[in-house]
Amino acid sequence: MIRRSLMKIAAAGLVASSALVASAAAAQDVIKVGAIAPKTGPLAGGAVVTQWPNVQLWVEQVNARGGLDVGGKKMTIELIEYDDKTNPGEHIKLAQRLAEQDQVDFIVAPYGTGFNIASAPIYGRYGYPMIAVSAITDKMEELTERYPNLFFTLGTTTAFVDGVKEILVEQREAGAIGNEIAMVNVADAFGIELADRARELFTEAGFELVYDKSYPLGTPDLSPVMKGAKDSGAKAFVAWSYPPDSFGLAEQAIIEDLDVSVYYSAVATSFPAFSGAYGGKINNVLGAGGTNVDDPKVAEYRAAHLEVTGKVPDYWASANTYAALQILEQAIEGAGTLDRDVVTQYIKDNSFDTVMGDLSFENNVSHKFWSVGQWQDGVFRGVKGSNVDGAVPVRLKEGWAE
Amino acid sequence: MKPAGMSELVWAAVLVFVAAFLPWMVNGYWLSIGVTAMMYIALSTSWVMFSGPTHYISLATGAFFGVGGYLVGAGMSDYQQSFWLMAVIAPIVGAILAALIGFATLRLSGVYFVIFTLGLAEMIRNVVSWVQNNFLGSRGLYVLTDFRDQHIYWMLLAVAAVVYLLGWFISRSRIGFALRIIGGDETVARHVGINTATAKVILFTTTGFFAALVGAIIAPRWSYIEPNQVFSPQLSFLVVIMALLGGAGRLWGPLVGVIPFTILWEWVAIQFPNQSTLFLGLCFLLIVYALPHGMVGRIEELRARMRRGA
Repeated sequence: MIRRSLMKIAAAGLVASSALVASAAAAQDVIKVGAIAPKTGPLAGGAVVTQWPNVQLWVEQVNARGGLDVGGKKMTIELIEYDDKTNPGEHIKLAQRLAEQDQVDFIVAPYGTGFNIASAPIYGRYGYPMIAVSAITDKMEELTERYPNLFFTLGTTTAFVDGVKEILVEQREAGAIGNEIAMVNVADAFGIELADRARELFTEAGFELVYDKSYPLGTPDLSPVMKGAKDSGAKAFVAWSYPPDSFGLAEQAIIEDLDVSVYYSAVATSFPAFSGAYGGKINNVLGAGGTNVDDPKVAEYRAAHLEVTGKVPDYWASANTYAALQILEQAIEGAGTLDRDVVTQYIKDNSFDTVMGDLSFENNVSHKFWSVGQWQDGVFRGVKGSNVDGAVPVRLKEGWAE
Repeated sequence: MKPAGMSELVWAAVLVFVAAFLPWMVNGYWLSIGVTAMMYIALSTSWVMFSGPTHYISLATGAFFGVGGYLVGAGMSDYQQSFWLMAVIAPIVGAILAALIGFATLRLSGVYFVIFTLGLAEMIRNVVSWVQNNFLGSRGLYVLTDFRDQHIYWMLLAVAAVVYLLGWFISRSRIGFALRIIGGDETVARHVGINTATAKVILFTTTGFFAALVGAIIAPRWSYIEPNQVFSPQLSFLVVIMALLGGAGRLWGPLVGVIPFTILWEWVAIQFPNQSTLFLGLCFLLIVYALPHGMVGRIEELRARMRRGA
């Protein structure tokens, strides 16, 4: 068994090295696109909702159309996908593999802030345009300067906190909430970063954090956290949470019958499974993300997503992920070549017609995204965003009954 | 004994010399596998230095590795320190931590020690997150340098060579002899006048030092440090599996364990992306049942048989 596998490795090495010599000469009629994201490990839950189905949808749609028109020649897409096991070391190795062994023409940017940053040096070296979606940071300027092939599309940490702050200020003016806020966060990278920023911005806006606690990632029992928030008496509850705990917090809020007018939990609140788990009980819950389902383009995209992948897209980054692939597609066709430098330059210079509307980049960053959404009668609608149309008014949370 | 020991050193020097040329011989993909392999060679060799003679199975590698990576991230990101300064501080902190833990726990033996070290990585991850959350705050820990894979590879190669050399000296010193007696029978060791606690703490501190150093060197490769990923318990297990596959009885054991394991692991990851954890478990079983003394044991058995045949 071991011997056979070693022989296969040796054979694979031979094939690869001969391919190295041959590939330059061979005429090409497929575009090889590589995608690496978690299928196992802690981030897999998010990636199988937001990332993988969109890659599948895009490849199937493009190939069903007969492929991309590259300088007058129709080329279909061949997808090469790997599981990074939510492990940065593994991801880097696989990214090298895509570039050197598989010699893909283009790549799909990874899932998760850390993975985008970890792979940026490699993709930068090979000149792959990298349109990151699921990567939120306040360091975009420094990062895009360092990696000129890296693009950001989903907004900054500050923008997300700002969206929530705006809602809190509005509701305070309307008299729905007072100055007191109960805030909790998951003690992990992104949760700490958001909470840290929120502490500054909320205090600046004159709010008082009467309850400010963190909990470790993966805590099974969130009931003490929710009991504490309830005892604080604040009418606004904000949680900078991750997928497992966004669910756990909602569950505890229902059990404790948390009496608040504004309830916000961050990542995964926009997942269809969130409404699936709690139905009408989570009506008027706020969360990170949002979308405009009334936009015909979005509606068409959501229908196709369900039909092709059998899954309902989330109400946040799914559309942005698909939009990033549309940008790549239009840039390849617009540039009329597979030359990556030309395609990257085309992305910088042009505007693209996507499911998110017209997208363009200013210093490699797109400023069109949703920051806060709200579950309103079974649909998670965008209520705050940057340069997006169709935001609906925020509703107050009124109890946790079905 | 003595000439054999010297020839071992000469062989090691030749191997290090040859290995240093790897970045010019292979493409980026194989070099990135080389970096992974070199990381495990350094970690496993330093693990064998302590756990080989004493038979204390330590699952704390992930904890010290994480401390190293995390300190580099925090120092460079939050305090604008240079990578080199942090790469010096990190292993020292790792060593101090290991010494403290050693004093508290190395009086434990057998399964109690294993369980404690297993929990250690998780405990340190939570403490670190708690400190960052309550006292430091963070905008994400970025480790942005101009290092490329070959630079990291050479640094790891240097660390591996130093670990090996140190191990070679220790195994020929009084303390190495003491550790072997401890591994044989700790009560006997105490009766013949060996200060068992001191001997164990010194070696445990050494492994903590090197694991933290390797973690610090790997940090620029990951670019973005999350406590959740840098304190991975899987790393501790992989180090033990590779060391056992090679054979914990010899210092060069991990070398013959890590290289085939890394290549095999890579092949499985590409062929069966969804069953790799299952495969890891099977490997563990196979090694314990089929290779009780690792590849080294098999190699020496073969050598003995050939000698008898000839």
